[in-house]
Amino acid sequence: MAMERVWPLTAEEQEATAKSSATGTPTVIVDDLHIVYKVYGATSAEEKGNAATALLRLVKRQGRPQMREVHAVKGVSFVARHGDAIGIIGRNGSGKSTLLRAIAGLLPPHSGAVYTDGQPSLLGVNAALMKELTGERNITLGCYAMGMTPSEVRAKYDEIVDFSGIGEFVQFPMSTYSSGMGARLRFAIASAKVHDVLLIDEALATGDREFRKRSQKRIMQMRESAGTVFLVAHNLDVIEETCNRVIWLHKGKIKMDGDPAEVIGAYNKA
Amino acid sequence: MSQPDSAVADAQGGAATESLAALAKRHGLRRAIARPSLPFYVGQLWARRHFVLKYATSRNVSKYSQSMLGQLWQLLTPLLNAGVYYLMFGVILDQKKDISNYTAFLITGVFIFTFTQRTVSGGAKSISNNLSLIRALHFPRAALPLAYAVQELQQLLWSMLVLIGIVLLTGEPLTLYWLLIPVALLLQLTFNIGASLFMARVGAFARDMNQLLPFIMRTWLYASGVFFSIPDRVADLPESLAFVQYIMELNPAAAYIELMRDLLIQSHTPPQWAWTTAIFWAVFALVIGFWYFWRAEERYGRG
Repeated sequence: MAMERVWPLTAEEQEATAKSSATGTPTVIVDDLHIVYKVYGATSAEEKGNAATALLRLVKRQGRPQMREVHAVKGVSFVARHGDAIGIIGRNGSGKSTLLRAIAGLLPPHSGAVYTDGQPSLLGVNAALMKELTGERNITLGCYAMGMTPSEVRAKYDEIVDFSGIGEFVQFPMSTYSSGMGARLRFAIASAKVHDVLLIDEALATGDREFRKRSQKRIMQMRESAGTVFLVAHNLDVIEETCNRVIWLHKGKIKMDGDPAEVIGAYNKA
Repeated sequence: MSQPDSAVADAQGGAATESLAALAKRHGLRRAIARPSLPFYVGQLWARRHFVLKYATSRNVSKYSQSMLGQLWQLLTPLLNAGVYYLMFGVILDQKKDISNYTAFLITGVFIFTFTQRTVSGGAKSISNNLSLIRALHFPRAALPLAYAVQELQQLLWSMLVLIGIVLLTGEPLTLYWLLIPVALLLQLTFNIGASLFMARVGAFARDMNQLLPFIMRTWLYASGVFFSIPDRVADLPESLAFVQYIMELNPAAAYIELMRDLLIQSHTPPQWAWTTAIFWAVFALVIGFWYFWRAEERYGRG
């Protein structure tokens, strides 16, 4: 399998990989994708945020400075194939998370398109959880939010509690959890579902060392059951360990796309 | 194209002449974001009914979780509301002279109107307040305004308990008409869902709506005959303005209020067309609201 390669490839091996990946059926095709989204409340420091200036702007027919349009992804194209584990690297704000959200079909393209086989899903349920509620309620809520049925939730419930290792704290509101406990529960809920195409955003494997090891193992398992995996992380070692292909995003464009060692090497030099 | 040629060649898997769209088509890939057909969308929504219910209940639970009395507030809030409105309009402004059983008249009006008002305002915020959820998980977006509507319905059931207690205390008899209360509420709920779906899309793209909405709602409250009886109020108008009464009675909020008063208060006579108006608005709002919301389904993530 191409996805197990982590060492630099020789020329012949590269050719072989290229051939084998060419034969794998495409699962995600990104075609000249542009993403623009709106950000509210982005006022610069020198901007006076009072009613008079707001009225003046309206009279002068200037746009609202509180609302900015962010052109986060600017013309990205690539084909991901079955069995690929693709790492996405780049500086903060280079469009990595936005690209993932677009592949997942959560952000509409400004132009261009994303074609997928099945429904790619983003690993993470944080947004659906409510910190005033008990862990127990949040497990059910999070599972429903990911589209599980009541019987699936019942079947997975104990496993989620065990994996998170929060014990009797499951009866307490999540606001009383330590940050590590909260992160563990969130990861346990998010990883309870099986995905076709899996998109993993960075910093999922948090918590203490022991939990980090367990969650990395879980991610590996999920990678194996999923057809194609995208991984966004700042930790380049994780990417080099788990991916067979790396895409380097820079200011919303692909700067480099190819073998992990090669791309990461170039990225480190830049 | 804005990237190195090698990447494009790689992206096209060697077949340099085939466009990516054609490659996608050849392998049967579909667009990641596409609006599902209307019947399919309804199916998706039905599949998420557990989420809608759980989300609504969770929001209600978390709302009062910080207070000592906890869920008791679901009952106390309508009780206190009833007390304040009675003090204001029954005692201080003394509106009750011309209307028999003014207490029941007023409290019914306030509770029924509040149900619609809260559902519609909640719906208007349901998308813009949950952008992070929309940008993280897949689900039919209509689940959010629906959950807000269910949350308000749960709150309303407590209010109805209070209302029925008050109505009985003011000496109204228990009649067979009371069996129609769920039907009237169902019609109102249908209208509320439709209106809140409509406002959800408006609120998602025109954020200033959330600032404007309280004023619209208050105007609606004053025009809906919550504190006064519409026929009494327009009785002094000249003949040429008689149509004002019909317009006011066509107001959906007025129709649902009148309907409930008719069922609860024996001496109350509703306008002639109350049931027709109520049914018309329920169907009209749901069809238009649902269709209008669904039309923008794939765009809600952009904000």
